[in-house]
Amino acid sequence: MKRPTELRNHQRELYYFRWRLGIAAAGAVLLFTLLVGRFFFLQVVQHEYFHTLAENNRISIVPVVPNRGLILDRNGIVLAHNYSAYTLEITPSKIKDLETTINGLAVLVDIQPRDRKRFRKLLEESRNFESLPIRARLNDIEVARFTANRFRFPGVDIKARLFRHYPKGELASHAIGHIGRINEADLDRLEASEDMANYRGSDHIGKLGIEQSYEKQLHGVTGFEQVETDAGGRAIRTLSRRAPVSGNDLTLTLDSRLQEVAEKAFAQYRGALVAIDPKSGEVLAFISKPGFDPNLFIDGIDPVNWDALNNSLDKPLNNRALRGQYPPGSTFKPFMALAGLELGKRTPSYTISDPGFFTLPGNAHHYRDWKVGGHGSVDLHKSIVISCDTYYYGLANDLGPDNIFNFIGQFGFGKKTGIDIEGETTGLLPSREWKMKRYKQKWYAGDTISVGIGQGYNLATPLQLAFATAVLANNGTVIRPHLVRSIFDPVTNQTRTVPAAKPVATLTLKPENLELVRRAMIDVTQPGGTAARVGVGAPYLTAGKTGTAQVIAIKQTEKYVESRVSERNRDHALFIAYAPADDPKIAMAILVENGGHGGSTAGPIARIVLDYFLLGKAPPPPVPPIEAIEEEHD
Amino acid sequence: MIKIDLRRIWLWLTAHIDSLLLSFMLMLMLIGLIVLYSATGQDLGKTTGQMLNMLVALMAMWVVANVSPQHIARAALPVYGLGLLLLIGVALFGDVSHGARRWLNIGIRIQPSEMMKLAVPLMLAWYLDRREKNLNLKDFGVAVLMLVVPVGLIVKQPDLGTALLISASGFYVLFLAGLSWRIILGLVAMGAASAPILWSLMHDYQRQRILTLIDPSQDPLGAGYHIIQSSIALGSGGIFGKGWFNGTQAHLDFLPERTTDFVFAVYAEEFGLAGNLILLAVYVLVIGRGLVIAAKAPTLFSRLLAGSITLTFFTYAFVNMGMVSGILPVVGVPLPLISYGGTSMVTLLVGFGMLMSIQTHRKLVQS
Repeated sequence: MKRPTELRNHQRELYYFRWRLGIAAAGAVLLFTLLVGRFFFLQVVQHEYFHTLAENNRISIVPVVPNRGLILDRNGIVLAHNYSAYTLEITPSKIKDLETTINGLAVLVDIQPRDRKRFRKLLEESRNFESLPIRARLNDIEVARFTANRFRFPGVDIKARLFRHYPKGELASHAIGHIGRINEADLDRLEASEDMANYRGSDHIGKLGIEQSYEKQLHGVTGFEQVETDAGGRAIRTLSRRAPVSGNDLTLTLDSRLQEVAEKAFAQYRGALVAIDPKSGEVLAFISKPGFDPNLFIDGIDPVNWDALNNSLDKPLNNRALRGQYPPGSTFKPFMALAGLELGKRTPSYTISDPGFFTLPGNAHHYRDWKVGGHGSVDLHKSIVISCDTYYYGLANDLGPDNIFNFIGQFGFGKKTGIDIEGETTGLLPSREWKMKRYKQKWYAGDTISVGIGQGYNLATPLQLAFATAVLANNGTVIRPHLVRSIFDPVTNQTRTVPAAKPVATLTLKPENLELVRRAMIDVTQPGGTAARVGVGAPYLTAGKTGTAQVIAIKQTEKYVESRVSERNRDHALFIAYAPADDPKIAMAILVENGGHGGSTAGPIARIVLDYFLLGKAPPPPVPPIEAIEEEHD
Repeated sequence: MIKIDLRRIWLWLTAHIDSLLLSFMLMLMLIGLIVLYSATGQDLGKTTGQMLNMLVALMAMWVVANVSPQHIARAALPVYGLGLLLLIGVALFGDVSHGARRWLNIGIRIQPSEMMKLAVPLMLAWYLDRREKNLNLKDFGVAVLMLVVPVGLIVKQPDLGTALLISASGFYVLFLAGLSWRIILGLVAMGAASAPILWSLMHDYQRQRILTLIDPSQDPLGAGYHIIQSSIALGSGGIFGKGWFNGTQAHLDFLPERTTDFVFAVYAEEFGLAGNLILLAVYVLVIGRGLVIAAKAPTLFSRLLAGSITLTFFTYAFVNMGMVSGILPVVGVPLPLISYGGTSMVTLLVGFGMLMSIQTHRKLVQS
């Protein structure tokens, strides 16, 4: 009896087990059905949506940065070009611990503390999700070493990039300027100008000088590539491509060899020189000394170099030629003389007897001539040759402020010259209205007196002085000065010259008056003139005028003695000139800061530049700085 | 000269092999190799490596299949005891890697939790079989304890995926042994009630996984990344898929762990819904065959063991596919017989070896 029971028991157990097993199987089927439903939802119902997402994942549009245009001097010498090299770039948004990553990279690639500092600075200024260079110009070994370890550094990549390079370094740095990384302010400007699309992919933009003002021509048109990318954002292959269009090449009016000669001629002096071809308005040399190496700025300057440049007493970043405003001093006199002649206030034969000072009627104040005791009898010719102050005090008084403002304003004083780089200052040619507006004061007769010799409120940039000299040399034909001569479009293979070479105005000046001033200016560079050294033994005639711009005011009872004044408070030396005087090919203005007298420091620089430009003569080896000898005065 | 009798050798080799089960398994393994070859970026080396893993696992299966269920049952206690000891060893002196303490270094690094995947159902089946004559509530209590102790140790490592699978395998034994519905419902209710407590005991990353499941877009580059990218892979695959080697999500690195836990996303992207249905069908065949073996098994031990192994296998597949398709949280469960990896392959095939042993020794028992 027992066995059947057990069997029945066994049967019941088995039945029960199978019942449970069936429930489990049903559960399994149910869950698998749930999966099928999920698959159907994802793969059929939402297929389109996920398909788009996958394509977005897969395909990205990568901008292809165009080659930036070259900058060449007038003889085709390269002043700015591009070269291809590898940079190591970090995308900070993809990295959790930047410090660890950089330390890891430093094992593979040489990373200096200055690279780190520069990177930190970039990080502060950067756009979101931008990749930033930690090291530029990797060598082949470094590239290989990083590539082998790339998997360890997500968010870090090597990029082949075009680099801007200024092979001449400091040379003409204030004219050429430089590019730099695009910052927030640039972005705002780009967005406002609707150029943003063209800068997708661009990291750099012109920041200064020609690089800035001709940005549109130099940049080119950005191309695009449709690339398949992986999850790390790395391009796998290109699906389609629109080639970028290279930027235009610029040929400058600058003669880089002349520029070099002139820069060397400054030796240790600070200052500026602008030389213009008076017949075309082409700027032949554009110097602001000291200069700076524009290469430092391309990828963000490191703090050490920045502090050195920014805190230097010499202010190398200051564009003296374009923005430095100095009293024109006696270089103002030829223009005053012309005003006197043209407006009938003076005749060539009108002569004064110079006691060494000038007084206004009914006023005891002595307006002193630079020469104690005066120059004796002085006519217009002599007033320029020996730079007589007393003559011009009287002339200024006779002309009055309105005549001076209107006539001399025609030569560009007090206005921007319109040169093709940005940041120009206007200088100052004072007028009654200006004084009322600025000081809420009426114009006094005394104001006119000092304006007459280029002092007082007068201010001019070296560029303005050179421009005015060019107008004078060109007999009153006004041509806007410009730095770019022609623009070459590599796509159409066409070169177009810059339209600015046409005259914008012609001043009505009597040829005999111009001739009188010219003759006097020639004699300035002849024996007996204030810049006699400029003309000594030269096979061409130079028309020039020296000038001195006071840095500190001297009291009525004091005499300015150079040796007693600390170097930085010494007068600035000025010299304007054009040559050959009978057929001017070059007109220029030279400023030597704290150079003392125009004839002794600025004059020799002019001679070196003229000898080189007109005769092709190599400059003499640089002479060691000499204490200015007071053999000439202005 | 001994004449080699090929027929005899063949018989000897296949005597304890269930050909139906084996052929279904081989179909899965073949699918695995096909998708793996694509997922590795057509890396022949890694694919051959996986073939070797399979070969080793098949040999292990063959050995186990040739051991009779009675002998297997005898191994239950020692294997379980050893496994438990090793787990305690891990808890005390285990190696930490990726924030988890799962390995024990005894000359070689071993992962005792892997062994427990089989040891726990084996032990439970053996124990309940011994108490078969008068199975009462106390026995179930002891069995639950046998389950909870190793699971607790594994949860602490932490290895949520393995703990889940082992709990499931133990639960299946208890369920099939006839644990009363009232107790099951009670356990479920207890589980629900203890959820907040469990939540507070969880590691941050575990909580994150669950939160991410609810809303993957919350953390698209972190925890949600896996789910978002695998959903995109599945969805963009469409009905017929993008074709072998053409899965962009897979080959452009968007899919994480695409040869192991997320291999199904690669498969679904390249072969689409059609491929998924085929894969599910083959799984159903394997599971169906396992259930048939369990249903026909002669003893309580073999029934419980076979049923648990089969249902655990189902659980593997369901949890993995559910996680890849975004209906379950991301737990580290591979897709059985498809995912790359030697250890889980061996564990799975040893389990199938036991199924085959149960099936092929049945006649001997009955006769």
